[in-house]
Amino acid sequence: MKANYGYMDGSGEYYITIDTDHCNNCSHHGCITGCPKGMFQVITDDYDDEVAEIKEEFRKKIKYDCADCKPTTDRPPLPCQAACTPGAITHSW
Amino acid sequence: MAEKEFWRWKEYNWHDENIDWHGCDAITAGVDVGSVSSQAVILVDGKLYAFATTRTGSDSPKSAQKAMDWALEDTGMTLDDIHYKVGTGYGRVNVPFADRAITEIACHARGGNFMYGNSVRTILDMGGQDCKAIHCDERGKVTNFLMNDKCAAGTGRGMEVFANLLSVPIEDIGELSFQVEKEPEPVSSTCVVFAKTEASALLRKGWPKNKVIAAYCNAMAHRVVTLLERIGVEKDFAITGGIGKNIGVVRRIEKELGITALKADGDTQTAGALGAALFGKALLEKSRK
Amino acid sequence: MITAGIDMGARSIRVLILKDGEVLARGESTAGFDTAESAELAFNEALEKAGITKDQLDKIVATGAGRESAPQATDTVTDVGAAARGAHEVAPQARTIIDIGAEEGRAIKTNGNGKVMDFAVNEKCAAGAGSFTEAMSRALEVELEEFGALSLESTESIPMNAQCAVFAESEVVSLLHAKTPKQDIARAVHDAIADRIVSMVRRVGIEPEIALIGAVSRNPGFVDALKRGLERDVIIPDDAEFVGALGAALVATDE
Repeated sequence: MKANYGYMDGSGEYYITIDTDHCNNCSHHGCITGCPKGMFQVITDDYDDEVAEIKEEFRKKIKYDCADCKPTTDRPPLPCQAACTPGAITHSW
Repeated sequence: MAEKEFWRWKEYNWHDENIDWHGCDAITAGVDVGSVSSQAVILVDGKLYAFATTRTGSDSPKSAQKAMDWALEDTGMTLDDIHYKVGTGYGRVNVPFADRAITEIACHARGGNFMYGNSVRTILDMGGQDCKAIHCDERGKVTNFLMNDKCAAGTGRGMEVFANLLSVPIEDIGELSFQVEKEPEPVSSTCVVFAKTEASALLRKGWPKNKVIAAYCNAMAHRVVTLLERIGVEKDFAITGGIGKNIGVVRRIEKELGITALKADGDTQTAGALGAALFGKALLEKSRK
Repeated sequence: MITAGIDMGARSIRVLILKDGEVLARGESTAGFDTAESAELAFNEALEKAGITKDQLDKIVATGAGRESAPQATDTVTDVGAAARGAHEVAPQARTIIDIGAEEGRAIKTNGNGKVMDFAVNEKCAAGAGSFTEAMSRALEVELEEFGALSLESTESIPMNAQCAVFAESEVVSLLHAKTPKQDIARAVHDAIADRIVSMVRRVGIEPEIALIGAVSRNPGFVDALKRGLERDVIIPDDAEFVGALGAALVATDE
């Protein structure tokens, strides 16, 4: 499943997509510690799979919470993506 | 919050008098507590037996109880007769009698699969305070989804702000939006606050109300299509939720996508609760194994 | 040399006339439905105050979201360019410039000579601009002018969950119904918008000297929340809302 967390508003589209098929069998859970804001958690989803998700309280403001990792210039690799060994995380912006 | 009606619909209940539930093997229920309305659905051996749709009050547990009590009305069934109960929706964790909570996304997909048939791949749910776009497989399992509840544009709430500005009853918006000589360009702002400013300017400029309404329905449709594009629109396509009843938005979405949305026999507002009851059936079977 | 800068904002139009680097006069009008007409009002006001005629102006440069619809202008400059140039004149030490108008907010990083190095913008969403505070003051039924001062009286910091101005309005109303003191709601509103602005500023980098320009700089509640968020003081120049128009008039002089 591709789970898109975030939103679109007048200023743009801000989604973090987690491909939960890649989460299966991941025991590393790098996303939990990789994100400096602690936005990720691992849960048992509606289909009883163990997957990562963005915590509820961050979903309406990821544009702002991710801002520190997205400077306008000299953007380093995103820590969440770097920490996710199965490569399940993508950002839309 | 001020109690306001965003979308007018009848509060009502229904049950199938031809079904005798006594001695049935699997009785399951789903309760969908949304921000504006709450529904309860009861399935008997996987068949739709009863449902109710009501307004959500300020208290989620009470709203869940009200919807459930109403679905049970005149059936002779009590809560204890139901083998498995699933809560869903915004208030899903506050359904006191639920055996499990399932997200509204998963429930809408499963409910849509039941209601529209297993050929449905894309479900758009346009609620009072959010908008969900779901792609699912032939079993009704979610394969791709997004939910927008951050921004009011594209929700029933955005439409209500607009209806208030124009002093038009919200249920008339759809019809009025087609009473224009020529389809106007969408209002440029996707932000409800800015669209309001823009609409006021258009009215001052002498645009008839209906033309402004058409422009807004157009903008809203375009915005929703943009949301859908992220998950990829595949036939068959279905629209559920309150705005699903607004033809001014629905027809414009269909036009922009070049796809006609499926028609359902049942009340599409119950899709989430129906999906929850179906999850209940699967979970019940699993627990009995 | 006499030049004029016209700042065609979403809500207000501001005109500034400059003679050999000295401000001769300012004019201001509310941006109405016919923005060209509103621009004419502000423009004529400035000319009258300066005691000159249009013919005496060597150059007229427009800026702001509606800069293309200023009939008087002979040239245009972007919002970012005008803000950076204007801020360099009035707060030369500032390397980070925060410009918050009614419908847009921007953070600009300059090289110290008024040249733009980098910028980040929030547009087309009321959550990150002056409109947000305006909508909330309406929901609270407090005059916008008093709204900022009110939040300074707050004793308790409460969070706001809604991001969207439309949803935040309902949240404010429900907070009121729950008998939350108005000053605490006012502070929550200013903290919320300041948080969003601060995250935008972080994207361009927070330099030690920061200037705040634009009409929202008149709101003490916002300024207080911004300073707390930035953990720094900010420089607010005199006539901060005219800095864009000043920048445009200076650009006209430069060329």
